[in-house]
Amino acid sequence: METFDIFISILGSTIRLSIPLIFTALAGLFSERAGVFDIGLEGKMLAGAFAAACVAYLTGSAFAGLGAAIVVSMIFSLIHGFASITSRGNQIVSGVALNFVAAGLAVVLGHAWFGQGGRTPTVANDARFQPITLPGVDMMRDVPFIGPIYANVISGNNLLTYLAFLAVPLSWWVLYRTRFGLRLRAVGENPGAVDTAGISVIWLRYRATLVAGFLCGFSGAYLAIAQSAAFINNMSAGKGYIALAALIFAKWKPVPVLFACLLFGFLDAFANFMQGKAVPGLGEVPVQIFQALPYVLTCVLLAGFIGVARPPKAGGVAYTKER
Amino acid sequence: MVDVAAIELLGIDKRFGSVHANKNISLSVAKGSIHGIIGENGAGKSTLMSILYGFYQADSGEIRVSGKPVSIRDSQAAIAVGIGMVHQHFMLVENFTVLENLMLGAEGGAFLGRGADAARNELKRLEAEYGLDVDPDAVVEELPVGLQQRVEILKALYRGAEILILDEPTGVLTPSEADHLFKILEQLRDQGKTVLFITHKLREIMAVTDTVSVMRRGEMVATVKTKETSVEELAELMVGRRVLLRVEKQAANPGDVLLSVKNLTVKDGRGVVMVDNVSFDVRAGEITGIAGVAGNGQSELLEAIAGIRKPVSGEIYVNGELLTAANPAKLRDMGLAHIPEDRHHMGLVLPFEENENSMLGYHHDPLYGAGPFLDLEAIRKDAADKIEKYDIRPPDPRLKTANFSGGNQQKIVCAREIERDPKILIIGQPTRGVDIGAIEFIHRRIIEMRDAGKAVLLVSVELDEIRGLSDRVLVMFAGHVVGETAPDADEKTLGLMMAGIAA
Amino acid sequence: MSTASVKLPNWINYGLMPLINLIVAFLISGLVIWLIGESPLEALDFMLRGALGSGEAIGFTLYYATSFIFTGLSVAIAFHAGLFNIGSEGQAYVGGLGAALVALALDHYVPWYVTMPFAILGAALFGAAWAFIPAWMQAKRGSHIVITTIMFNFIGAALMVYLLVNVLIVPGKMAPETRTFLPGGQLPKLDWLMAIFGMKLGAAPLNFSFIIALVMCVLIWLLIWRTKLGFEMRTLGVSPSAAIYAGVPYVRTVIIAMLLSGALAGMMALNPVLGASARLQVEFVGGAGFVGIAVSLMGRNHPLGIVLAAILFGLLYKGGDELSFERPAITRDMVMVIQGLVILFAGALEHMFRPAIVKIYTRFAKG
Repeated sequence: METFDIFISILGSTIRLSIPLIFTALAGLFSERAGVFDIGLEGKMLAGAFAAACVAYLTGSAFAGLGAAIVVSMIFSLIHGFASITSRGNQIVSGVALNFVAAGLAVVLGHAWFGQGGRTPTVANDARFQPITLPGVDMMRDVPFIGPIYANVISGNNLLTYLAFLAVPLSWWVLYRTRFGLRLRAVGENPGAVDTAGISVIWLRYRATLVAGFLCGFSGAYLAIAQSAAFINNMSAGKGYIALAALIFAKWKPVPVLFACLLFGFLDAFANFMQGKAVPGLGEVPVQIFQALPYVLTCVLLAGFIGVARPPKAGGVAYTKER
Repeated sequence: MVDVAAIELLGIDKRFGSVHANKNISLSVAKGSIHGIIGENGAGKSTLMSILYGFYQADSGEIRVSGKPVSIRDSQAAIAVGIGMVHQHFMLVENFTVLENLMLGAEGGAFLGRGADAARNELKRLEAEYGLDVDPDAVVEELPVGLQQRVEILKALYRGAEILILDEPTGVLTPSEADHLFKILEQLRDQGKTVLFITHKLREIMAVTDTVSVMRRGEMVATVKTKETSVEELAELMVGRRVLLRVEKQAANPGDVLLSVKNLTVKDGRGVVMVDNVSFDVRAGEITGIAGVAGNGQSELLEAIAGIRKPVSGEIYVNGELLTAANPAKLRDMGLAHIPEDRHHMGLVLPFEENENSMLGYHHDPLYGAGPFLDLEAIRKDAADKIEKYDIRPPDPRLKTANFSGGNQQKIVCAREIERDPKILIIGQPTRGVDIGAIEFIHRRIIEMRDAGKAVLLVSVELDEIRGLSDRVLVMFAGHVVGETAPDADEKTLGLMMAGIAA
Repeated sequence: MSTASVKLPNWINYGLMPLINLIVAFLISGLVIWLIGESPLEALDFMLRGALGSGEAIGFTLYYATSFIFTGLSVAIAFHAGLFNIGSEGQAYVGGLGAALVALALDHYVPWYVTMPFAILGAALFGAAWAFIPAWMQAKRGSHIVITTIMFNFIGAALMVYLLVNVLIVPGKMAPETRTFLPGGQLPKLDWLMAIFGMKLGAAPLNFSFIIALVMCVLIWLLIWRTKLGFEMRTLGVSPSAAIYAGVPYVRTVIIAMLLSGALAGMMALNPVLGASARLQVEFVGGAGFVGIAVSLMGRNHPLGIVLAAILFGLLYKGGDELSFERPAITRDMVMVIQGLVILFAGALEHMFRPAIVKIYTRFAKG
């Protein structure tokens, strides 16, 4: 029975650790499928987290915090769009720059406003996204196997967790079942086809990057006012890049993105669990192996050893009408 | 007012910087006809069509559709007035299905469900009406090129196009696919659509059009009824009666075979066979010319010989040694010099200084520095010598190459390749975009190479150039060498061979 | 888009435009400082005095600049071959291992000048090795080098943390770092250099790596503009099709360029590891690899420009330290903001002001 408890606990933390990855990887999905590379996911998430913590603290409302995270993250998207779509600048450079700006600005402003070395004050519990107990938990609890999973893994998460899982089919639906999605997928593959069909490439790409900003707002808010109760310096800790890796690992497709994020979240959860524990015959497995594994797997994939990862064909290049 | 023209162009003019792409063009296309526009590469056909489809704006002039003046500011406006275009490079999203490609830009609502059903029905109707069968759920990149083109045509029809522009539509097709396309076009015409057919291939014009307009160097030089003209007349109109540049030369004194091509087959980047089982020899002291309309495999042939493009099969012997798909550097060492067709993308690195381009490809020569180092003084001195010898202007080896004129840029390439004193010289379009003075100069140098006992292979789409320089002429058509003639064979015979009509 | 084809003189392209971009970045930074209720001018004053006000201050500034010269050169050389290496950060980190292993092995036995060449070699080799796999993947498998080098930054970080926590750590100590190298494994401070100018280095960690960095600048300049290999790299970087025509071997050139890039990034480790702290610590690179991107962009990929840009960023780092010390309301992270803005305006938005400048220029040139 004890292994089952461990299983439940790892499963629970896998989900908690996957949520920001899911939102962020979906953000990258929208941007990159439209042909705009986004290295700045990390920065947007961080900026969103800071905004969420500040506003939730000041207003006492988790939803106001979420709204602020979305707005701030979308402003970063607009700057990235202006640099890479309008000014036809280098998309990678723009992303790197915005990561710096976000990481620096959050601490500078946080320290100036709250004087806690970049941390924001702790957000009161009712200004956070609280665990939601699903109906029937007490009744289910005693059902063997399914009961504990329902009570401890499925129930008891916060609103954003459920939204993340909802965001996956929703993203799939938007991409594959709406006009916007059709055009977005087209513009990342062959902007010429979109242009000759009489659709504005620029406006379409702006909308895609704005959607990316919108989703990063959720992951930022999750970090600051769902998973924790404050903004802490560099609290995204490279999750933006792991999400990017997950996106590539999922070959730029929404449903595989969910599984890639769950896998990478699981690796993280498992690493935490294994810390300080010895594996019989092997001794203690260094936690860094689990930390590096998402990146190693992604590289192996990129080298073409696990199927072919085909990035959107027009990715990273600003559109110019050919002569 | 019986016959209002489907399209009328009045005084269309367009410049790109110093290039005058369209000079005061007027054209009238009758409704329900197939109207061909023929001209050599760079004659301005594609620019004109891009203006019609809203890709560019004309600097001046007026467009009328069905008698009404229209302003076509973008593709959407073109679609709105009933113009559809099948681009030379298909504007298809390759990993989309046929249906998705069809719907793009004409989805019929924010959600795809209902629109998709409607599109599927409309596709069925179009298929029935025009005999354009295609599986709506097939992924485009998995379709053969001919079917992809059909999707492009369906796309235009789906958007309600009454006027269909096809830009070099047969470039990617096999002859039988092309014939099938012609049938489709005729059917479209019979149903009342107007077709504008852009090509540089005479055979196609004769096969399918009702009326043909000829463009040359940005001008519309003639519009005639296809029935009342001939291949010869069109060829002459296309090329124009140029001042024949007479090149003084002695009779050739052919020696050993220095370059030999055997059963060479080459595919282009799209996987289309462009050179098909070609064999020929080039002898010392002789200029072998390859004539042909652009796009018949000459470029790929040159690139294969120069080691730039890997052939699918066949052999290339340089000076008796088998050097198929050798590195270009190795070929240079073996005494094969190459003046490429496209100096901007291959022959020169435009942002570099002139002297750097003056050694490009030969930079490992100890002349330009010992061991791994470059001796700038030697390089600049060498460049200055070539500048003097070839009268390159301005005479500044430190100037950025992009700042030289076309003729002087070409002289830089020629000086570099010819002054190496190679055994074999292969040349593509030596005088494209080059002024008269430089043309004469370059021609004289080529003759001198021959007289010095070098083997010269010359590829050019300029018939005069081929006839003026070559000692024997091979004609390429659709990837084959279709025949050999003497350079003084009459123009008509050559023209027919180039059109693939007679051998 | 008609302005894109207008040619501008060099002094505008290489002087005025970067200057305008820089000024805009600084104006916005000033705005941020003003927003948090401090005086931008006062802040500027603190920064300048903090970075240049004494021999010690200059020593710190040049110490930071040293790291940035290495990483700037690293990014630049890859750029010349048409490759965007954003893995300098990870390559520097792993390079630190090479340098530290040499120092640990030799510091008991030989003086520093014997250790040094081996340390340079070790750092370069380890950095190059870390760049090799992404290079190979790019050249042979067509995997996008930007993505693979990002991944390798993280893999490298995990590797280094593991080694420091589990292998290299001094038994019985808590801090994940190697033992302190003896003087035989350290690079000497450059007191004499400051003495030439009549200044005192004080506690500033400016060390012999600065000289190595300057030597590398000369060598890289030689390589790029005075050797056949450099010529081939530049040809590949500007025109891949002309490179094929000229017989430049693609795979070999890509791999060599990346190995050199990785080696230079690795050598950055000499400065903090052998020069300043005399031990290998976690996260000693501290973002210098990313600053290298900015330095390379600002310096227009030319060693001289890179030295100037590196000093500018060194100034920013040291000035930022001083500013946060003098004005506790402004944290050191302000430097990161300025840095990000400089990268944004000098890099991604470098052409934003071009159309306007072209308009003004053509008016004056004609009028």
